[in-house]
Amino acid sequence: MLNYTLRRLGIAIPTLFIIVTAAFFLMRLAPGGPFDAEADLEPEVLENIRASYDLDKPLLTQYRLFLQRAVRGDFGPSLVYKDYSVTELIAIGLPVSIQLGLLAKLLALVLGCTGGIVAALRQNTTVDHAVMAMAMTGIALPAFVTAPILALVFGLYLKLLPVAGWDDGAWRNLVLPVVALALPQVAVIARLMRGGMLEVLRASFVRTARARGLGEARIVTRHVLPTALIPLVGYLGPALAGIMTGSLVIELIFNLPGVGRYFVQGALNRDYPLVMGIVIVYATFIILFNLLSDLAYAGLDPRVRKAYR
Amino acid sequence: MASRPGALSPGPVTRALRGDIPASLWRQASRRFARNRAAMGSIVVLLLITVTSIAVPMFWPHGIEDASWEAILAPPSFADWHWFGTDANGRDLLVRVFYGGRISLAIGVLTTVVALLIGVTWGTVAGYLGGRIDGFMMRFVDILYALPLLFFIIILVTVFGRNIFLVFMAIGAVEWLTMSRIVRGQTLSVKAKEYVESAVAIGLPKPVILWRYIVPNVLGPVVVYVTLLIPTNIVVESYLSFLGLGVQEPLTSWGLLISQGAGQLDSAPWLIAFPATFLAVTMFCFNFIGDGLRDALDPRDR
Repeated sequence: MLNYTLRRLGIAIPTLFIIVTAAFFLMRLAPGGPFDAEADLEPEVLENIRASYDLDKPLLTQYRLFLQRAVRGDFGPSLVYKDYSVTELIAIGLPVSIQLGLLAKLLALVLGCTGGIVAALRQNTTVDHAVMAMAMTGIALPAFVTAPILALVFGLYLKLLPVAGWDDGAWRNLVLPVVALALPQVAVIARLMRGGMLEVLRASFVRTARARGLGEARIVTRHVLPTALIPLVGYLGPALAGIMTGSLVIELIFNLPGVGRYFVQGALNRDYPLVMGIVIVYATFIILFNLLSDLAYAGLDPRVRKAYR
Repeated sequence: MASRPGALSPGPVTRALRGDIPASLWRQASRRFARNRAAMGSIVVLLLITVTSIAVPMFWPHGIEDASWEAILAPPSFADWHWFGTDANGRDLLVRVFYGGRISLAIGVLTTVVALLIGVTWGTVAGYLGGRIDGFMMRFVDILYALPLLFFIIILVTVFGRNIFLVFMAIGAVEWLTMSRIVRGQTLSVKAKEYVESAVAIGLPKPVILWRYIVPNVLGPVVVYVTLLIPTNIVVESYLSFLGLGVQEPLTSWGLLISQGAGQLDSAPWLIAFPATFLAVTMFCFNFIGDGLRDALDPRDR
């Protein structure tokens, strides 16, 4: 297990380095600069501005300076949101995105697991078909379709909830984005859960438990569920990392001050430091959660450990 | 020799001639698939959407860029051939939905072909060669796997400009990873089969073995994955278009139409309703076909 952990770490760190490097050079190779919009600047003024952001230095020097600062958690000032450093912007956006993602994931887990378990226990009945039809709908309708429709129905027609905005995370503002974000995940989890349950329900140890006269409830909770949950662990690792990346479109639609919105606007405005900072934070999260889920998987399944020996 | 029925059980050749020999894997699978009504229906619907997307813009009275000042944000009606209504520029929505269908479907299929080519090549080569090369190739996949994909597509598209060809390449280039993992796993198990051994024994060159013996036998799971990858890629393109990074006006795609419709949801709900319906139905169809194929190729699950 230790060997496996070290090997996975040996992948994780170079991966992060490669991502950061690739993102840095891609952004710099782009035609067009962050100050293009301010067209009427004197050439000397523009030169001074560029110099103050180190943009006049050779590319490799910029890269070295960037790495040195990034290691200390300093991603420099944002080029577009003046007076804010990138670290500050991320500190503002990250809690919003995480709160959104975490709540959606919890909701998706509760609904998805319940749906999947019920569907599996009542296989090929109306209940099963209904749950699976809903799951299919969740997969077929991307969040950017459901989100505006939810906003229209509950916000504009029924006037139950605000259409957009954050309002310091008031629960009324959270409901619609969280639901819109959760729906496609509910579908995936329900299908995974149902598949896992069906496979285990047919296993011989479950038949044995039945033959020994155990109650159905006890069979399901003690014998079926623990095994049926394993595929979900594999799904959850990357999905947890997606807590932050997933809400990009939702943040735009509901006008929430999350990291995703900063990222898209940063990329469109060529705000290099902001984009780089967010990429690094995201990549770190993704790599970390993938690592954790791989370790959990290896802990649960000895075959995975063996493959790396 | 006179044949006396029942005296001897007929040999394999006789049974094959009579047609009661167990059918090949693919024939059995296609029989099972043909019995799956949801999947067969989906194929029909999908064909219909494809054909209409290609054909309707050719003869429809309105072009995709024809703006009409008399019909701005006109609701759907059969008058004037605005069956799906018009948008804020007075352009006919129906022709734009079908035209967007061409682009969305083309992107879905072409990106999947890109992913398929890279993924199958990478996976079979890694799996067949094995050893250090395999380790290196799969480690490379591991590293790419950790990339926040949507983010990298966004960076790529902002860096290299928004042209549709780049969108194809970017999506295809990041979606081949799972494909290569699936193919490698299959290759490892196929490699150990006797027919591959015999191909090696008669001295066939490696590329021939890969192409003639390995690739055809790893295609089962690949086919299933392809039918699920096409809708995924259509949605990825829609996301990009939604963010304003995908297809650009005057071209259009379902994603772009939905994003434009989302802005006028309150005043003109038909602008989102029609493209969203087409997108959703297409998603349904691909998923049903994918499920059907999986059940047909791997009957254990039912």
